Amino acid sequence: MSAPKVLVLRAPGINCERETLHAFARAGGAPEFVHIRQLLAAPERLDRYAILAVPGGFSYGDDIGSGRVLAQEMKAALGPRLLGFVGRGGLVLGICNGFQVLVRLGLLPCTRGRLEEEVSLTHNLSGHYECRWVTLRTTKSRCTFLPAGLTLRWPAAHGEGRLVARDATLQRLLVDEGYATAVYVDEQGRPTEHYPQNPNGAPLGIAGLTDHSGRVLGVMPHPDRSYLPTHMPDWRRTALDRGELPADGDGMVVFRTMVATARAES
Amino acid sequence: MQAWRIDVVARPDQPDPIGDAALRSLRSAGLDGVTRVRSRRGYLLGGELAAAQVQTFAGAVLCDPVVEAFAVHAPGDTPPPPAAGSHAVVVVPRPGVTDPVAHSVQKALGDLQLPLVATGTYRVFDVAGTVAPARLLQAARKALANDVVQEVQLDALPTGLPGDPPPPDLAVREVDLAALDAAGLERLSRDGGLALDGTEMAAIQAHFRALGRAPTRLELETLAQTWSEHCKHKTLTGNVRCDGRTIQNLLKSTIAHVTRTLDRDFCVSVFTDNAGVIRFDDEDSVCIKVETHNRPSAIEPFGGAGTGVGGVIRDVLGTGLGARPIASTDVFCLAPPDLPADRVPPGCLHPLTVLKGVVAGVRDYGNPMGIPTVNGSVHFDELFVGNPLVYVGNVGMLPTARARKQPRAGDAIVALGGRTGRDGIHGATFSSLELHTESETLSSGAVQIGDPITERKVMDAVLRCADEDLFSAITDCGAGGFSSAIGEMAEGLGAEVELRHAPLKYRGLAPWEIWISEAQERMVLAVPPDRLPRLLQVCAEEACEATVLGAFTATGRLVVHYAGTRHADLDLRFLHDGLPVQTREAKWTPPRHAEPQLEPEADLAGALLAVLADPGVCSKEWIVRQYDHEVQAGSAGKPLCGVANDGPADAAVLAPKLGSWRGIVLANGLNPRYSRIDPAAMAECALDEAMRNLVAAGGDPDYTAILDNYCWGSTKDPQALGELVRATDALCALALTYRTPFVSGKDSLHNEFRVAGSPGAPDRVIRIPGCILVTAMSVIPDVRRTLTSDCKRAGSRLVLVGVTKDELGGSVYWKTKGALGARAPRVDHALGRDVLHGVHRAIAAGCVLAAHDLSEGGLGVAAAEMALGGRLGARIDLAAVPREGGVDRPEQILFSESASRILLEVAADRLADLQANLHQVPFAVVGEVTPAPELVFHRDGRLLAQVGLDAVERAWKRPLDLDGTLAPEAGR
Repeated sequence: MSAPKVLVLRAPGINCERETLHAFARAGGAPEFVHIRQLLAAPERLDRYAILAVPGGFSYGDDIGSGRVLAQEMKAALGPRLLGFVGRGGLVLGICNGFQVLVRLGLLPCTRGRLEEEVSLTHNLSGHYECRWVTLRTTKSRCTFLPAGLTLRWPAAHGEGRLVARDATLQRLLVDEGYATAVYVDEQGRPTEHYPQNPNGAPLGIAGLTDHSGRVLGVMPHPDRSYLPTHMPDWRRTALDRGELPADGDGMVVFRTMVATARAES
Repeated sequence: MQAWRIDVVARPDQPDPIGDAALRSLRSAGLDGVTRVRSRRGYLLGGELAAAQVQTFAGAVLCDPVVEAFAVHAPGDTPPPPAAGSHAVVVVPRPGVTDPVAHSVQKALGDLQLPLVATGTYRVFDVAGTVAPARLLQAARKALANDVVQEVQLDALPTGLPGDPPPPDLAVREVDLAALDAAGLERLSRDGGLALDGTEMAAIQAHFRALGRAPTRLELETLAQTWSEHCKHKTLTGNVRCDGRTIQNLLKSTIAHVTRTLDRDFCVSVFTDNAGVIRFDDEDSVCIKVETHNRPSAIEPFGGAGTGVGGVIRDVLGTGLGARPIASTDVFCLAPPDLPADRVPPGCLHPLTVLKGVVAGVRDYGNPMGIPTVNGSVHFDELFVGNPLVYVGNVGMLPTARARKQPRAGDAIVALGGRTGRDGIHGATFSSLELHTESETLSSGAVQIGDPITERKVMDAVLRCADEDLFSAITDCGAGGFSSAIGEMAEGLGAEVELRHAPLKYRGLAPWEIWISEAQERMVLAVPPDRLPRLLQVCAEEACEATVLGAFTATGRLVVHYAGTRHADLDLRFLHDGLPVQTREAKWTPPRHAEPQLEPEADLAGALLAVLADPGVCSKEWIVRQYDHEVQAGSAGKPLCGVANDGPADAAVLAPKLGSWRGIVLANGLNPRYSRIDPAAMAECALDEAMRNLVAAGGDPDYTAILDNYCWGSTKDPQALGELVRATDALCALALTYRTPFVSGKDSLHNEFRVAGSPGAPDRVIRIPGCILVTAMSVIPDVRRTLTSDCKRAGSRLVLVGVTKDELGGSVYWKTKGALGARAPRVDHALGRDVLHGVHRAIAAGCVLAAHDLSEGGLGVAAAEMALGGRLGARIDLAAVPREGGVDRPEQILFSESASRILLEVAADRLADLQANLHQVPFAVVGEVTPAPELVFHRDGRLLAQVGLDAVERAWKRPLDLDGTLAPEAGR
C-alpha cells in the first residue's frame, strides 16, 4: 500500500505548513505543499490527494476576520469541488487558522450538507491572543478517525477561537449529535467554559468540530505543535516517571489516524 | 472624496471582548462614570461602487454573519447623532499611516471581482455613562488610541476618504553650503534633522567645494543617513582618550579583538553581515542578531516594538544569501508600571501604557510572522521613564554554503515587498538625537506601523528564491531606507538607480523622500540578469511585489535619477570613508555610594515575599502567554515550565530541524541596576548571567557565541563614555576567560530625555543607566539532554554551586528597602568559568534533575521558583551555604546576588557523580526537596522562615497578573 498523498495548503500568511507537513510525513503520509494560487489555477489538482490539510497561521493577515479572506477565495473557486472531495472519501484537517477557514467556508460543521456559515470562531473573551497548553477530551463524535475518550494536551495559540453557533440550539446540537469532537476540560476532566482551562470562553467548551460525514476535522489547539515527545511541556518529568521518553507527543494521534484511515480506504 | 461607510457590530446578544477591554482601559484611566462600551469596526469604500455591490461585499466579507450585524451608509449620508447619554469615540488612522486592514479589504474586493476602489478603516467605541466629553476625549487619546498615528474624534464619524495629495516637488534642489560658516553649517544640520556635527558638515562642505558644485538635497540626505550614529556607530568605531591612553577604534580594539583572539572554529561569519553566523551541523549554520528600537517605542510603543521585530527579522532574512528566521527574543527596560502619574514628565507615556503597547507590538508582529518569541526579560528602573529600551532579537538558519554574498556589476537592483510611503522619514537620524518634551509631536514622521503579512510574503518569496539560487546579494531596508541599503551594497562597485520605478503607497513623494523613507517590509536584492525572470516569477507566485530599480555598476559612483533627471552622483569612497574620525574624551570617576546601615531583618519570610513581588522578579506570564512561543514546532524548552506551566525557564531550547534532536539554547543577561554603582559589575554580570542561564538549561559553555548590545546616555559626556569604556573592558576580559566570541553587536547611544524647565527652573536631563544586554547562543548535540528549573522529586537534594559573597549592592532586597548600596557583584573570572563547565559536565552526565541560576533576589528567589514550578517544597539550611567570610546575616545569605552560582536538584544517590563532575568547584548540599508545599529556611535546625507555596505564588504572580488568572484570595 502506498503512502496516502496529503495536500498541505500554502497561502499568504499561513505559517504552520512546515510542521504540518513533517507531522504527516512522520505518520507515514506523503505530504506536499500546494500554494493556493496553484490550486486556484488548477482546481482538479485537489483530486490527486487523499487528505487536504489547511494549516494554522494568519491567512492574508486575518485583518478583517480570521480566515475570512482565504475562505472567501476558496469558496468562490473550489466550493462544490471541496464537497465532492469529501463526498468521494477525502479527509480534511483544519488546524487553528485552518479551522477558522473551514468554518467560514461552511465545510464545518456542515450539518445540512451545504456550504453555509453555521458557527463562528470569534474573539476570545480575554480580548487578546493567547498561547497556552490546554487539556482536551475527545468526545464520542461522528468523526470517522479520531478515537473518543482520549485526554490530550495540546497548545492553543489564538486570539479568535471562541466557537459560537448561530443559536443556542445549534450549539447544543453540536454536542448532542456528535459534531463536537473535542472539548476543553478542567482538572477533574469535566468540559469547562472557564478561563484559563478554556482559553477562549467557547460555550460548552467546544474545541473541535467534524462535519456530518465525519471526514472533516477542525481543531483550535495545535496537534502540529505537540506530535513529538519533546513538544510536550513537561516531557522531562514524564520521562523521569516512566523511565523513558514516550515515542510520540499527544498530537500525533491525529496524523496517525488520518493517514491510517486514508490508507485503509485506498 | 465621498465614500460608503459600513459599520460592523457584535449582535446585541453576543459578548464584545474588544468593547469590554476598552471599558477596562477607560476605567483604569480614571473615568469611573463609564458604565458600558460597545465597539464597532468601520470600513470606508470608494463611492464608485453600486449599492448592491456594497451590500453583498459587506455581508460576505466584512461581517461575521454568525455573531455580527452590519449597517451600510450611502456616500453623503449624515451619520446619526449618538444616543442620549452616550458618546462615540472615533479612531481613524492618520493620513499616510500604514493601514494593513484597508489593504486586506482591497484584496477581498479583487477576489469578488469588484472594482478596486479606495478603502479605509476606522474604529468606534460607543461609550455610555456619565463622563465629561473633554475628559473622555483626553483619556481616549491615551487609552484607546495613540495620538501620534491615529486621530481621535468625538461623535464625528468619517464620511470620506482622503483625496489625492498635492503633486510632489520633482526639481533637483541644490543646498548651497559654500558660503556657510561653522555656526551656519550646524544650524543647517539641526534645522534639517540631519544629526551631523560641525566637523562632519565641514567635511561635506570641503568635498563639494573641491568638486566646484553644491550638493543636492538628495545627496546631503544620503550622507546624513549613511553617516548617522545609527548606521556608522561612529562613537564606538571612533577614538577614545581615557585616563591618558588613546584607544583607536574602540569597537575593533575591544569587542572584535576578543573574537579575533579566540578564533573559535565554529564562527562562520562575524561582524561583516546583518547577523553573526556560527556553525550548527555539517550542512547548516545558525545566525543571530539583536537590535534596539528605543526611540520609536518611546513615542509609539505598539508601532515601535512591532517594526523593531519586523526589522530584526529582515536582518536575519538578509543574512548570507537568505536565512530562515526561527526564533525571536525581546527584552524591555521600563520605568516601574506602578509609577505615580505625577512622576511621569510631560512628553512621556506612562510606563504601564508603554509596557502594554510594546507587548502588543511584539505580539501583533511576531505571531503573524509565524516566528516564535521564545525568550526575554523585563527590567524596571525609573531612569527609563523618558527612554524605554526595547531590545528585539532574531535567530535564523541557513546552509553554510550560502553564508556569504557578493553583488556583481551588472546585477539588477530589485526592491521586494512593501511599497514606499512617507512613513519613517529621518528614523536613522532621529535615533541619534536626544529625546525631549516636544519629540512626541515633532518626530511623528519617524514612527511607523508594521504590516506583518507583507513581510511574511517577502520571507516566503526570499526563501524560495534563495533555494533556487536566484540572487547574489541581499540586504534589508532598515534605517536610511534605499539610500543605506543600496549605498552599502554598492560599496566597492557602483550603482545606478531610477526612483520613478519604486512602487509608492500614494502619490506626492519627492525623490529624496522615496530615497530615504524607512517604510517597512522591504528588501533589496542583487539579481544576475539571467536569473531575473525566474525571480520575478517566484515573487509573483508568492504575491510579493518585486521591482527593478536599476543596476549595480563598476563606476564607483552612486547615481540616482528620477524620471531620467539626475538627483545624485556621489563618490562611493567619500560616502563610505569620508566620515571624519571622532576622538572623544572619557573619564570614569567612581560614584560615591555607601552600604546602608540596616537593622538585622526581623521578618525574613516577609522580606522574601517582598522580593518576589518586585516587578523585575515577578512572573511575566501575562507577557509570555501573548506571544506565540510554539509555532514552527521547534520548542523543546519553553519560557514557562513545571507541572502547571508557570515556573520560569532560564533559557529557550529549540530543535530547529524537524526530525533531528540537535539543538540551540538561547539566553539573555542584563542588570541595569548594578550600573548605578559600577558599570564593570553590570557588564560582567550580564555575561555571567547569560551563561548561567544557558548552562542551567543544558547549553554547552564551550560551544557558545555571544552578542553585545549597548544602550547608553550621551557619550559626549566624558563620565558617561568613561562608564562605557570601563564596562567594555570588564566585559571583554571575562569573555576572553569564558572563550565566548562576540559574533554581532549593536549600540544605541544618546538615551537621554530633556524635561523642559520653567522660568527659574532649568531643564532637567534624565539619563538611563548604561546597559549592556548580553545574548548567548549555544549549539548542543541533543535536546533530550536539557533541563528545566522546576523541582522534580521530593526527597532529592538541593545543591548550591558557587560562593556567596557580601554583595547586596544593587540587589532587589535593598531595593525593597529603598536602598542601593555600594558593593555590587563582581565576577571571579576563573571561578565563574569553572562553575559553568562543572555544572555543564554534571548535566551532560545526567546527574542533575533541575537547575536554576541565582540572579535577582539571590538564593531565596531561586529556591522559591524551583519549588513553585514543581509544586513541591524546599527545606534549606543557610549554615550550609558556601560563602566568604563576613557573610553571616541570613538576609545576606538569602538575597546576595553574587555571580557564578547555580542551584541544582540532585537525586541523593547521584551526589558522588555530581562531585566527580564538578571537580574543584565549591559546592554544598544546602537542603532537600520536600513533599509539603512550603519553603523552610533554617540555620542548623533553628527555624528562620517558613512560607507556604500559596503565598509565594500570590506574591510572585500578583504584580503583573493583568488578566486576573489568580483565583480570588480565600475569604474574599
